[in-house]
Amino acid sequence: MCTDTPPYQQGDGLPDDCIDTEQVASDVQDRVLAEGSAPLSLAIYGLLGVGVGIVFTQSQVVSWFRIYEMFRFESFHMYGIIGSAVATAALSIWLIKKLNLTTVHGEPIQLSPKEWGDSRVPGARYWMGGTVFGLGWALLGACPGPIFALLGGGITVMVAALVAALVGTWTYAVLRDRLPH
Amino acid sequence: MELTQPWPWYVAGPLIGLVVPALLLFGGKVFGVSANLRHVCAALPVPERRKPGFLRYDWRRTGLWNLVFVAGVAVGGFVGIRLLSDSSLPLALSSDTFAALASVGVEDVTGFVPRDLISWGALATPIGALMVIGGGFLVGFGARWAGGCTSGHAISGLADLQVPSLVAVVGFFVGGLFVTHLLLPLLLS
Repeated sequence: MCTDTPPYQQGDGLPDDCIDTEQVASDVQDRVLAEGSAPLSLAIYGLLGVGVGIVFTQSQVVSWFRIYEMFRFESFHMYGIIGSAVATAALSIWLIKKLNLTTVHGEPIQLSPKEWGDSRVPGARYWMGGTVFGLGWALLGACPGPIFALLGGGITVMVAALVAALVGTWTYAVLRDRLPH
Repeated sequence: MELTQPWPWYVAGPLIGLVVPALLLFGGKVFGVSANLRHVCAALPVPERRKPGFLRYDWRRTGLWNLVFVAGVAVGGFVGIRLLSDSSLPLALSSDTFAALASVGVEDVTGFVPRDLISWGALATPIGALMVIGGGFLVGFGARWAGGCTSGHAISGLADLQVPSLVAVVGFFVGGLFVTHLLLPLLLS
């Protein structure tokens, strides 16, 4: 990691370049990204996705009916799924941090905190964008993961929903500088 | 009437939750599906100078793993819906929900989506177009504005105790409750 640093003065241990955490982080980031695109890694991400798709469909969270039922508070099913998913993930993240676990490639695991943004209205992007997303979620009855699962399941009208979601993403990209964040 | 029972929540929820550490431990990746919509836009064959800055980045480097992941979700959807489910039966929803659907005139309650509202045929009606095209547009626009969707905020974000994610999830419910309790009854009556 220090091979490209200029010769340094002997004395108090490591040269500054070697303990420059920001530089190391970007090195690490590059390697992580490179490893993520290796064929074997991609196969594992793909298999994980297959598992998620099966769980999504068999637990029925991909169904418009389940979302409708959830927003009407008529069943515990969706709340149980989201709640226990968050609890499981939270416990896992706590353990990863507590035990200082690294990735299987030995890289540190970093979770970047969500930024509050610089709008005059605090957190504007989260509640405004979140509300817009919620309107779409209840209308379509599917969030992005389920759109892909339904498409794979042969509910071909989701092609139209996916194209509309891409147009929505592009529109956001165009208007981004004019929206509060 | 025979109904399709779901996997119980206490099986499905923890399995979905385990995706978060699996992605972190394997490649330091954060579970979030909607970023793929941005990656697909960035990958479209449009000249770079005509793309908004937000879509000018190396999508292969940052997004290829995630695109493969959602391709897997689609394959899983095929297995789950085509091979493991019977779409001629209704899902085992609560009886209150069935009553509510009947009261707004949704007659076909079989399968995963209401064909009266979400199908190629329904796309020609104003309500069907609003639900599929309008809903899709708002999902894409809102997810990027909020910086994440159900997976990125409600699962990854909340699990990492991020307050902004909690604000986003409250927003998801404000929007969803408005549609379900005010807009849909108005449109369907």
